[in-house]
Amino acid sequence: MSTILTILVALVVMGGIAWVLRFAGQQVTNGAPFFRDMSFGVSFGYVLGVVVLAWLAWGFMQSRSSDPAIANKFFFLGVAIKGFVIFSIAAWLFRLLGRTVGTDWTRKMFRQMPLTASFGILAIIVYAIFAIFAGAIAPYGQDEIIQGVAANIIPGGDPAMGGDPAFPLGTDQIGRDILSRLIYGAQNTVGIAFITTMLAFFLGGSLGFLAAVVGGWTDQILSRGVDVLMAIPSLIFALLLMTIASVWSSRLGIPLTVFMVLIIALIDSTRVFRLARAVGQNIVVMDYIEAAKLRGEGMGYLVFKEILPNATAPLLAEFGLRFCFVFLTIASLSFLGVGIQPPLADWGTMVRDLAAFINFAQFAPLAATAPLLAASAIALLTVAVNFVVDWMLHKTSGLKE
Amino acid sequence: MTDTLLKMRGVKLEGRSDETWNPIINGVDLTLAKGEVLGLIGESGAGKSTLGLAAMGFTRDGVRISEGSVEFDGIDLLKASAAVKRGLLGKRIAYVAQSAAASFNPAHRLMEQHVEGPTQHGVMSKAESEADGIELYRKLRLPDPESIGFRYPHQVSGGQLQRAMTAMAMSCRPDLIIFDEPTTALDVTTQIEVLASIRDIVEQFNTAAIYITHDLAVVAQMADRIKVLLKGDEVETADTRTMLSAPTQEYTKSLWAVRSFERPLKAPVIASAVPSVSVQNVDAAYGKVPVLHDVSFDMHEGRTVAVVGESGSGKSTTARCITGLLPPTSGQIAFNGEVMPADYRKRSKDQLRQVQMIYQMADTALNPRMSIGEIIARPVQFYMGLTGKQKRARVDKLLDQIELEPSEYYNRLPSELSGGQKQRIGIARALAAEPKFIICDEVTSALDQLVAEGILRLLARLQDTLGLSYMFITHDLATVRAIADEVVVMKDGRVVEAGPKAEMFKPPHHPYTDLLLSSVPEMDPDWLTNLLQERGVDNIGDAAVGKM
Amino acid sequence: MGNVLSIVFQRLALGLLTLLVVSIVIFVAVNMLPGDFAELILGQGATPESVAKIRTDLGLDQSLVSRYFGWLGGMLTGDLGTSFAQLNFQTNLGGGGGVTVGEQIAPRFANTMFLASVTAMIAVPIAVTLGILAALYRNTVFDRAANILTLSSISSPEFFMAYVLILFLAVLNPILPSLSNIYEGMDFSDRLQKTLLPALTLTLVVTAHMMRMTRAAIINLLASPYIEMARLKGMSPMRVIVKHALPNALAPIINVIALNLAYLVTGVVVVEVVFVYPGIGQLFVDSVKIRDIPVVQACCLIFAAAYILLNLTADILSILSNPRLRHPK
Repeated sequence: MSTILTILVALVVMGGIAWVLRFAGQQVTNGAPFFRDMSFGVSFGYVLGVVVLAWLAWGFMQSRSSDPAIANKFFFLGVAIKGFVIFSIAAWLFRLLGRTVGTDWTRKMFRQMPLTASFGILAIIVYAIFAIFAGAIAPYGQDEIIQGVAANIIPGGDPAMGGDPAFPLGTDQIGRDILSRLIYGAQNTVGIAFITTMLAFFLGGSLGFLAAVVGGWTDQILSRGVDVLMAIPSLIFALLLMTIASVWSSRLGIPLTVFMVLIIALIDSTRVFRLARAVGQNIVVMDYIEAAKLRGEGMGYLVFKEILPNATAPLLAEFGLRFCFVFLTIASLSFLGVGIQPPLADWGTMVRDLAAFINFAQFAPLAATAPLLAASAIALLTVAVNFVVDWMLHKTSGLKE
Repeated sequence: MTDTLLKMRGVKLEGRSDETWNPIINGVDLTLAKGEVLGLIGESGAGKSTLGLAAMGFTRDGVRISEGSVEFDGIDLLKASAAVKRGLLGKRIAYVAQSAAASFNPAHRLMEQHVEGPTQHGVMSKAESEADGIELYRKLRLPDPESIGFRYPHQVSGGQLQRAMTAMAMSCRPDLIIFDEPTTALDVTTQIEVLASIRDIVEQFNTAAIYITHDLAVVAQMADRIKVLLKGDEVETADTRTMLSAPTQEYTKSLWAVRSFERPLKAPVIASAVPSVSVQNVDAAYGKVPVLHDVSFDMHEGRTVAVVGESGSGKSTTARCITGLLPPTSGQIAFNGEVMPADYRKRSKDQLRQVQMIYQMADTALNPRMSIGEIIARPVQFYMGLTGKQKRARVDKLLDQIELEPSEYYNRLPSELSGGQKQRIGIARALAAEPKFIICDEVTSALDQLVAEGILRLLARLQDTLGLSYMFITHDLATVRAIADEVVVMKDGRVVEAGPKAEMFKPPHHPYTDLLLSSVPEMDPDWLTNLLQERGVDNIGDAAVGKM
Repeated sequence: MGNVLSIVFQRLALGLLTLLVVSIVIFVAVNMLPGDFAELILGQGATPESVAKIRTDLGLDQSLVSRYFGWLGGMLTGDLGTSFAQLNFQTNLGGGGGVTVGEQIAPRFANTMFLASVTAMIAVPIAVTLGILAALYRNTVFDRAANILTLSSISSPEFFMAYVLILFLAVLNPILPSLSNIYEGMDFSDRLQKTLLPALTLTLVVTAHMMRMTRAAIINLLASPYIEMARLKGMSPMRVIVKHALPNALAPIINVIALNLAYLVTGVVVVEVVFVYPGIGQLFVDSVKIRDIPVVQACCLIFAAAYILLNLTADILSILSNPRLRHPK
């Protein structure tokens, strides 16, 4: 109760400060438009922003405290702030690079790019490198239980804290190198999500355009079918189908992961279908399509020459969003234990296996980083893709005006 | 009339796009006396609406006033506080928007929105304002003035909404009203009523007004003085009659000159000649809704048939029947005496080639991802089977014909072209099929007057050299005068009247043709007054307006 | 009004039809299992007698269609069948009369509803307020910060959010419990305290979605000419919002809320597993792992029904709030 009271009092005090500051600003500048037309909400926002920044700075100082109890408590805040600053600088440098190197077109693109988008692109490139060259980068195999090495080595590589320099991120509960598994996770989780999305796009995209161009009964049947499939929440539907697939997979000897790819691609293709159909319909009503039809052009020419080239921008943005969605669904399934199966290393499974270490955070914050690293690896990629997509959507919507 | 109401000095406006500020208006002066009506004309993109809003001290998102001053009755609107400005807007300066349907709040009744200004500004009580609203509706000749205010916006027609919005602008008896293209979205016959009521009420309350439009004839009826804008710069300002009779600037003269383009009359068609296209007793329907009733007319080689009518009259539907996009429910289409399959999918390649179309919106008629060369080359390859150098040579020739330099335009994308150039590409694509018959669907209505005239001259020249026949769909009678040989007037899906142009512009007419013809504004500043007197509306109007 | 009512009835009928078709899809999907349920329940080493007994118990000797109607009828009357785990237990040990699926699901369903309501209670007011604020102060620092934060929150998997909250609110600062061991007969404040952490996790995800959608809806609205007209009539910013924007914003905002509550349906599954919250989501995942088909089938239908119902509500409320339909010409 006292916490709530403190917060309330703090809010009232901040409100008071905001009012006084605005009033003072009006008096000092003699009614300059900036202060004169400032609403109370805006001045409160400024005060709130300053308070939050000050608290973050204080927290950061605490994380460097010599008292381990305090330092441990603020360890994660410190890491988060450091991470934020490092990522921002990396994104800024990357954008600077993009502005100086490359063709006129890319340089122009980087000049108009917000920092979030350049961070997104940088992160996607890094992930892609790890995913493609996982075998060459990772020091150990993904399911290699290293002989003579203890399980549960604490990340950080500091022997005093229970680490081992040979395993900078420690080992897991059965003695596998976490760093290697993270790197292989990029290959497995991202790779599988990518293949699934491609499949979903191929299926949903072609059917969506077909429905848009042909119209009539084909459109009705496909659309109603998709409506029904979309009436079942996707994760629930995926879990149901995975139950059935798990029986089939053991019977047929086909890995469950293959079924998972097919199931998620099917479920996700319904969303792609909707978008492709909507985009297709917008294009089909254009006069240039009518002109082509009246010329006597065939279906192939219409779809590949007239429609598809005009649908690439929205489809590309949708690809990013769908990839995130598929990726998160796979991670969630794996986290629930019915997704990507061992021996493949995968981030969702890693989070589940290592989750118990979170409870050591108060005394050994480094130990708790292991599950969070895997979870952040997932979050970072989806955030990155979303940043890029957000920017792309903003850009295309801006051009329409 | 020496009292200055509004004084704008060196106003510069900038708009934000691609993260930079680009000029929209480069320093325009504007002075308006009390009770004076100033017409602001210019082509699309001349910045007239933005300037009109700036006169209220208002800018839309992404627009800013970078320099200059706007002084309304001694108050500097650019330096005044938000509260002071709010006190003026609605009360002393009012605004009438182009689209009344979108500018009325769909959630409230007309009267609720009408009384909002007077009650919030403390000019009148709610009851007074409602009574006054009914009075204003009556003066604006709205049907059912007592009850129309209690309807929701979507229950009232466009022309009536536009007048209700004028009433709303009048509700606080402002000193100045900005009319932003109030009749652009209306049909000509509706436009007349709105113009007449606006003019009456502005005159009666001695309200000053800025009337923004792109239509010279309209502004000639409404304004005391005219200011011409071109790409953000003032071209000239003068008294309406002076401006119309003796424009000084080249640009203004060229605007006036457009109206003078007219093709010589052709000899009448020989009765026995086989028409190149013949529409015979066509009925058509969209689903179950019938839209065409027994439409018949012929089109002959080397001649232009203008199909005229207001929106919803069935002009474009007729075109869709001819092309085969909408198979008629009964009746048939014949090319050179040969009956065509009703559905375009059943027509042969050569039959399809014979009918070509040019569209109203060149933007949507050209695939934005194809280069100009590809767009024109496709029919050349598709119908003529030409490839390689032959194809290129043919495309170059077509580009020559539409007066665009082949080497310069071949590789460009449609987005790099102006509106008029895009329309020329549409013409070239139609010509590439080497047709005998081309449907031109409102091809000039989206273009500015000068550009539109260029297109009309080009079409006329091509017709003479290639012996084409045109079906020219339009709602603009000036265009009909300029290019038609024969005219077909349509209303509610029926042909009302048809015949050679010379006859059509001479009485006696079918009453609808008469209404349509007489409703087209002319450049004569007395046209509206004379017309109203002729129709006797002015008397009714006077009786309704009465004395306060 | 007749017009509106008929549209609403049409939508209701369509919703019911969808639900019926969905039930068929679920039933058919489950019957795509290879071989026989009986073997699946008892494993490879089952005796022929026990297999035969289970087959009669489940009615597997009947046709697919009659089994579907039997199942659907049972669903409608609240008889959700017997779980495989229970059947196995009964057949092998000869015990009779265990817990039915219905008895298993009912308390958990109540728990999940409680979790969802607490989440909605926190998330809806915060999200709508923040969304409106972001729209009003669009393109300011506040809006940009909110954009980055919500985008990050949407992009992160639910379990990441859950563990971050556990880390900060349960482990580093022991304010709330990290395990939600809820049982019957618990007093309300205890129950609330144990539900708070999963509810906060869901709130973070749902609020972000809802706030972005509210912002988009309001910005779309503020761009309409009638809002510009109201400003040009000299109305105060407050009046423009309250009188002109809000009546028209109601439909999109209701839509946003309903859609996000529907999203919650999926969200609970992962969160319940993380916090070991005894809700229907956790039961669902457990049943999936042990392939307990009747429970999976029943849970799936309940989730789908909730989802369809919420979407239907959104649809109907937005029809009702449309003045064009309420006041026909």
